[in-house]
Amino acid sequence: MDLTFTPEEEAFRAECRSWLEANVPHGLPSGDTRDGFAAHLEWERSLFEARWAVVSWPEAYGGRDASPMEWLIFEEEYYRAGGPQRVTQNGIFLLAPTVFEFGTPAQRDRILPRMAAAEDLWCQGWSEPNAGSDLAGIQSRAERDESARGWRLSGQKTWTTRGAFCTHLFGLFRSDPAAERHRGLTYFLVPLDAPGVTVRGFGRLDGDEGFAEVFLDEVFVPDDAVLGAVHEGWGVAMATTSAERGLTLRSPGRFLAGAGRLVDLWRARSGDAGPDLADSVVQDWIDAEAYRWQTFWTVTRMTVGENVGAESSLTKVFWSELDVRIHEHALALLGPDGELTGDEASWMKGYEFALSGPIYAGTNEIQRNVIAERVLGLPRR
Amino acid sequence: MRFAFTDEQLAFRDAVRELLDRECPPSVVRQAWTSPSGRALDVWAHLTEMGVLAALAPEAAGGLGLTLVDLVLVLEETGYVALPDPIVEHAAVAVPLLASRGEPIGAGTVTAGWEPDARAVWADTADLLALGDDRRWRVVATGDLRLEPRTSVDGARRLFAFDPRSADGPALVDEQAFDRGVVGFAAQLVGLTRRMLDLTVGYVTERRQFGVPVGSFQAVKHHLADARLALEFARPLVYRAAWSLAEGDPDASVHASMAKLQASSAAHRTGRAALQCHGAIGYSFEYDLHLFLKRAWALAASWGDARWHGARVRRAIL
Repeated sequence: MDLTFTPEEEAFRAECRSWLEANVPHGLPSGDTRDGFAAHLEWERSLFEARWAVVSWPEAYGGRDASPMEWLIFEEEYYRAGGPQRVTQNGIFLLAPTVFEFGTPAQRDRILPRMAAAEDLWCQGWSEPNAGSDLAGIQSRAERDESARGWRLSGQKTWTTRGAFCTHLFGLFRSDPAAERHRGLTYFLVPLDAPGVTVRGFGRLDGDEGFAEVFLDEVFVPDDAVLGAVHEGWGVAMATTSAERGLTLRSPGRFLAGAGRLVDLWRARSGDAGPDLADSVVQDWIDAEAYRWQTFWTVTRMTVGENVGAESSLTKVFWSELDVRIHEHALALLGPDGELTGDEASWMKGYEFALSGPIYAGTNEIQRNVIAERVLGLPRR
Repeated sequence: MRFAFTDEQLAFRDAVRELLDRECPPSVVRQAWTSPSGRALDVWAHLTEMGVLAALAPEAAGGLGLTLVDLVLVLEETGYVALPDPIVEHAAVAVPLLASRGEPIGAGTVTAGWEPDARAVWADTADLLALGDDRRWRVVATGDLRLEPRTSVDGARRLFAFDPRSADGPALVDEQAFDRGVVGFAAQLVGLTRRMLDLTVGYVTERRQFGVPVGSFQAVKHHLADARLALEFARPLVYRAAWSLAEGDPDASVHASMAKLQASSAAHRTGRAALQCHGAIGYSFEYDLHLFLKRAWALAASWGDARWHGARVRRAIL
């Protein structure tokens, strides 16, 4: 056990810190609005120019070959410097690990560099009007077009984050209607400018156009739009959802920064706040630390080749509920000012977003089932 | 950054685990509720033989020259079985104190008390009592103290109150002694959490109602998922605090307090879930769950309760 960072890790941290402190933009509008998204793209592209967009990727694809520990360090520094949530996250954090694992060399070369450069912008096509938590219940279909050497996709995806601003969608489609639910699904990569695609943005809880529904009407995609094997999309998708639940999507850095802001708010605003609120603030800070050390523990295990798997559900429940508590306690400190919003950095705006955490990436009810069944081994039925 | 135990540390843990599995089943803990000593003296003898009790003393003083990082997993295992012996007090708190003043580590038992508690467990079978606060400690013969029995909710904890002012002896400065105890008890609380969770997972898998195992119901699953979550986000803070103490990190006290807070909370939450998911059987004295539940309550409340450790963390960060 050695809980200090190596000189190389410290040097990496220093390099991250100095670049980020000099370059992180402040006061960007919401990335979930059309204008805001454009402003965020500029930031994402400057990250890429300086090779900070995808530090854990191989250099050939625009990364720095950073170790998982270095990636965590980058994330800590990114949020410490006040960096905004990444509008490219669904591509770089969710699709990319799946492309590295299942993609052909040609797919990797075609997809990853443009993703890293924020040229192609990817959204996730999982949910459908009648398939949310029950993802295997999707009805959108893929029909084989043998003569054109490809597939025709039809159906509707919805609650697609930033779908109205993205250029591409990755998603699951039913390619064999006769097969059992989890079989007969195929994972497709779909350009949103293909004929037959209609995208309609709609408002989230906070009113920003961060959601979209995507209608597909006989949309043709060639064979190389399939990621992994035909009819085996469920297994491919599970790799993505595991990344989403786990630490790639929401690393501890974000919550350490959030807890730090909460402590700052306490200092500025505690006034006559009672001891209960002080205890809550302290507990949030401890929980952020707990997530940090649990992550170092997990990453050390991964480094020696241990499989983490279903344990990512523990992480997802923990960070999403911690995020809600941090914001609830901040709003309690703000009292009547808690209502005030309109500013991307306001606690109320953050609260509205935090409330989506226990819902997206598989509701926390589903995650608790996964923990009970696959971590603790309780009977499924 | 390498946050993992070495193979040697894991092997040490496994050796003790095997011993405790064999020698300290719940029947032994139950016996301690009514036996004259209130202890598992056979287990204590084995632990002495294995060198566990003097592990933190230098080799020259008859110890193993190990650190709290080597011992923390072992202490966790003693929590898992609710060992009725003062191993944290002896091995984690007192042995380094005695070693620092060049005293031989004898075969007897040393218990320890944190002054504000003004109590010590199993003091009647201990030869010495180490007594102190955050900083100043003294080691006195238990025979020189007037020990007044107190009844703990955990009948296996033979508890005694005494007047700290009557405990006279040369003072030693050990700024870590208290925190070694705090982390040791936090480790035991992690072990207790694991035990209560294991016991409950086993029970709800076997117990059938409405024709199915009760563990297949979501309401039960979610209680136990919450317990598993509490365990997951307590354990790393305990190991990290052990490392901070071993390395003399200037913030080690705060880390120790965070560890005990998180481990106490995990044990409390898991205890509630365990009791609820067992139903009436868990509420029965003949069933073993209460042996672990009550130990958890007692350890969470002593050596600084949640309010005390919360205040210490608060002073550091707010």
